[in-house]
Amino acid sequence: MGKSLYEKVWEAHALRTLPNGQTQLFIDVHLIHEVTSPQAFGMLRDLGLKVRYPERTFATVDHIVPTHSLAEPFEDPQADEMIRHLRKNVAEHGITFFDVTSGRQGIVHVIGPENGITQPGMTIACGDSHTSTHGAFGAIAFGIGTTQVRDVLATQTMAVSKLKVRRINVDGRLGPGVYAKDVILHIIRTLGVNGGIGYAYEYGGSVFDRFSMEERMTVCNMSIEGGARIGYVNPDQTTFDYLKGRPYAPKGEAWDRAVERWKALASDPDAHYDDVVNIRAEDIAPTVTWGINPGQGCAIDERVPDPAHYPEPQRAAIEEALAHMKLKPGQPIKGVKVDVAFLGSCTNGRISDFREAAKYLKGRKVAPGVRAIAVPGSQQVAKQCEEEGIADIFREAGFEWRGAGCSMCLAMNPDRLVGDELCASSSNRNFKGRQGSATGRTVLMSPVMVVAAAVTGRISDAREVFGAELVGA
Amino acid sequence: MPLEAIKQVSGRAVYLPGDDIDTDRITPARYLKVVTFDGLGEALFYDERFNPDGSEKPHPLNDPRFKGARIMLVGANFGCGSSREHAPQAIYRAGFRALVGESFAEIFFGNATTLSMPCVTAPKADIAALARAIEEDPNLIVTVDVERLEVRYADKAFKVNLPPTAQKALVEGRWDPIADLLEASDLIEEAHARLPRATLS
Ligand code: SF4
Repeated sequence: MGKSLYEKVWEAHALRTLPNGQTQLFIDVHLIHEVTSPQAFGMLRDLGLKVRYPERTFATVDHIVPTHSLAEPFEDPQADEMIRHLRKNVAEHGITFFDVTSGRQGIVHVIGPENGITQPGMTIACGDSHTSTHGAFGAIAFGIGTTQVRDVLATQTMAVSKLKVRRINVDGRLGPGVYAKDVILHIIRTLGVNGGIGYAYEYGGSVFDRFSMEERMTVCNMSIEGGARIGYVNPDQTTFDYLKGRPYAPKGEAWDRAVERWKALASDPDAHYDDVVNIRAEDIAPTVTWGINPGQGCAIDERVPDPAHYPEPQRAAIEEALAHMKLKPGQPIKGVKVDVAFLGSCTNGRISDFREAAKYLKGRKVAPGVRAIAVPGSQQVAKQCEEEGIADIFREAGFEWRGAGCSMCLAMNPDRLVGDELCASSSNRNFKGRQGSATGRTVLMSPVMVVAAAVTGRISDAREVFGAELVGA
Repeated sequence: MPLEAIKQVSGRAVYLPGDDIDTDRITPARYLKVVTFDGLGEALFYDERFNPDGSEKPHPLNDPRFKGARIMLVGANFGCGSSREHAPQAIYRAGFRALVGESFAEIFFGNATTLSMPCVTAPKADIAALARAIEEDPNLIVTVDVERLEVRYADKAFKVNLPPTAQKALVEGRWDPIADLLEASDLIEEAHARLPRATLS
């Protein structure tokens, strides 16, 4: 019986079994940001410990950065304290920091891949649940809590238990207007928001074989929304082509050796999986959420559920979601009025997302009354968008074109919903209050669907709005 | 320094109904703009407990009958979403020392265990029966027995689950793994020399 990539990477990094039965796992790359690291540095100080291998940790600032102006001090004194705290910590411990002045700052899950820091076969940890994104490269990437951030800083290892592996095949052809975001929203809807507890998800099949790295990242990113702490795709030529020449990727002979090593890491054809799920690409429609968790989704041409048709406890959950979303039982989701359109986040804030969105936005205008915000995932993405004329397309259409950061994905900076505004969002979470207002409403969708919503002022089917312009993936 | 062994937790309990309670609800993001965990207890479920003007909403945690509870009863997939340790920190700092639920999200579970707060799972019916019992008598003392893996109250008891690794860590006072991790210094050095890293080249 062959081995999965997960098993191979695990074996290479497992140092020993701890007294409680967990494994002490070596972490190759540790990524940190301003929100979940300050307490960890505080704990290190209290224990009199140092950062064991500062060269294995990389820092950025993303959650609290204002996107309208980087003038310091930041308007929000708490945000200002957080960035100053991070600067002090990285300077004291000799950690590489992609600061706002570096030209390389951005969302941690955008800049790791973009700089070639994320590589196949690595174990990666970050105090952030969307660390699963890095699995797109065939890395095993863990979202961790702050005490574990301390553990990794102090020992470059952490205590973890091995997961089971579920292989998810998506085969066939995605229809026009169906994107990676729809694939993962469909998977979560199918397997449930807690279906992945105890599993690492290995994504494969012909759709993933054809996907670009950025599309793979979109899917892996939201593994955690399905309960799976880890999601990954086996490395292949697409992976190597993406990484080649990036600043932190190996060069010359070291590159050739690395590629050989990476090829051997992919799951064996006869690898053992604890579970296998097969999904037909043709069954996936442009998908949007109607509720308050990412599993409460439906195809754009479906109706929201009627709680009366469901037994408890689903009924209560649907009632709560519809009440928050101010939707009527059984109403169509299409046509619901939109107040805000947000394009960005670590799910869909990469260059390919803006390129694809710009294709359909070009020559169109944001509907009156809609506040539309575009937030590139990193300063590099922002720069590329300027160079390619994408930023101008957004500005001309009436989008606010902002600086890089997490922004309205979780509204720790000044970008937020007001009252019960409804936001068509390319981000990953539609939890109550997620976008900065306790009564705010979030509808998750692909970037092109966000554009369709922005230009029509309604939740719309991109296939109807853009018609024959849309091509299949 | 040996840590406290968590063999059992006793106290009054409060029931928070609902599945898929995410960590954004447990600690809204604006309470994350801090560089320490101090004072987080007040942020616990803030937007569910208070109106924007600061007045209280009806919520089990606002109910005077359940003030001072040490055990929280919850539904399925509790603590899903963001990995923020602020969530279990807020629960702990609000005075809770154990959770009983149908299931817990993985990162939340790990974070809570590392804080010495057991998150044991039990079937829905057992939790519902206990919830009814505390509704009738909010002063009921509930015991979460981590060693015997059961919950006891009045003259009743039910079995609970806890992964053996977490159980061992709690009852042996090894819930904070740092001391164990630090021990393996030579293995760490060997792995650092052997395993690739990202270098600017
Ligand atoms: S973009 Fe959103 S989900 Fe991604 S790291 Fe930032 S806050 Fe988290």
